[in-house]
Amino acid sequence: MSEYRKPLPPINHLSRPFWEATKQGRLILPRCNHCGTFHTYFEPWCSTCGEEGVHFEELSGRGKIWTNCRFHRSYFSGMEESLPYNVAMVELDEGPRLMTNIVGLEHGTLDEMPIGMEVEAVFESVTDEVTLVKFRPVRK
Amino acid sequence: MSIASNRSDSVAVVGVGTTDFGRLPDHDKTSLGIWALREAAADAGISLKDIDGLIVQRITDYQKFVQITNMSPHLLNCTPGAGRITGGTIALGVQAILSGLVNTVAVVYGNDGRTAGAKYGGKDDSYGTGADQFWSPYGMTSPGAVHAMLYQRHAKLYGTKPEQLGAVSVAFRKHALHNSKAVMQKPITMEDYIAAKFIAEPLRLLDYCLINDGGVAMILTRGDRAKDFPKPPVYVRGIAQTSRLAQGELPDDFGFAAMQSVAKRVFPMAGVTREDVKSLMIYDNFTPIVLFCLEGFGYCPVGEGGRFVEGGRLELGGQYPTNTSGGHLSESYMQGWALNVEAVRQVRGELGSRQVPGADVVQYLQGGPICTSIIYGRDVT
Ligand SMILES: [Zn+2]
Repeated sequence: MSEYRKPLPPINHLSRPFWEATKQGRLILPRCNHCGTFHTYFEPWCSTCGEEGVHFEELSGRGKIWTNCRFHRSYFSGMEESLPYNVAMVELDEGPRLMTNIVGLEHGTLDEMPIGMEVEAVFESVTDEVTLVKFRPVRK
Repeated sequence: MSIASNRSDSVAVVGVGTTDFGRLPDHDKTSLGIWALREAAADAGISLKDIDGLIVQRITDYQKFVQITNMSPHLLNCTPGAGRITGGTIALGVQAILSGLVNTVAVVYGNDGRTAGAKYGGKDDSYGTGADQFWSPYGMTSPGAVHAMLYQRHAKLYGTKPEQLGAVSVAFRKHALHNSKAVMQKPITMEDYIAAKFIAEPLRLLDYCLINDGGVAMILTRGDRAKDFPKPPVYVRGIAQTSRLAQGELPDDFGFAAMQSVAKRVFPMAGVTREDVKSLMIYDNFTPIVLFCLEGFGYCPVGEGGRFVEGGRLELGGQYPTNTSGGHLSESYMQGWALNVEAVRQVRGELGSRQVPGADVVQYLQGGPICTSIIYGRDVT
């Protein structure tokens, strides 16, 4: 396997549980101990209620495309080989929104991944350390 | 007293200066700022020694700046090179005068982004929480892609069309043809707009601002002294701000609530309504934000921004001639600064073929994420 050249997340003590879970095919996110808001950042403080303290909780991995775009220009070394590539923000059934790529499309064009489309998580191992969470259309 | 108001003792702009815009490899951001400041001082008919407050933006080597200009200000500050900060930089200058701390403030901006290869997007240009964890690994980055995604939501919810973004791009290019300093001097048609290559699809090259080199300066002073200067004073009648940074880069409401909060303060402060505003200067880093601003500041109903810009409403001769310099899309991306100078020049009435007749009130709008508006006016009571 050739070397993976695309951007990788810097894994630290706060984000390590998330990236360990994706390696096992599980999507977890930090959740506020006080108000229950899911976070899409790895800090101990809650931006909703202002309290300190989070725990990780597993999510269904199901959601809908909230918005999308398709890159025709590369801003990161390693991404140029994938141009054009799509990016979507997926709103999970539990509420939080994640940036991701939509896979399993015929051409990868925006009309194949409209806003509102139902999607589910797939786990793509890209290095020994990192498994990314991508989404594919739910097959009916 | 509010920080600015419709009063003769509020703050006035008495000098403005701009450099050339474009690729200026013999300059850096310090020298561009000095060039602009010297132009502004000449415009105000004063020497740099008459300036007792200095706030520079994006000019990181403020020390070199004050050494070369040999200034000894009683207030000196330096703000970062982000367009969202521009309104706050101007507000600091206004507040410093109203508080009595200083009499005359120069606010100065220098940008060598084109020569220095400034990048918006990529691993060295991320903001806020989680970009390195949740965005970059999927190739998500850049303010342009954020606006593409916001536009996609707007199009889904309200039926907004690419041709409506194109109407903004074409209008501002028409204006640039009246501005010899504008970087873009070639007319474009809607066909050219649609044929332009995608960058972050659905946004095209002609939806994007132009990164260039340049400098801009304004000189502010106490309103009761403003009539002693050679040019007609232009009063800062209203200035207000609300951050929506806490909502993240992709707010559900396109920044509407934050812009409404600004609108509710800036119009009463200035003592004017939208009907009094003769021309708009809208921070146009990308075309969609122009629609969001028109909705957020109440110029049209929510969702109607796309339809509002059709039919030449933003063009010279239209209801609200907007970005008469060509704006960031066709003059140069000066991070809001050149738009503020254009507002001052409109109010003075010195813009020749792009002058809006009777432009006694002109409003600057910055849609976010630090939403800002400044209302400039010719008269005070
Ligand atoms: Zn909480």
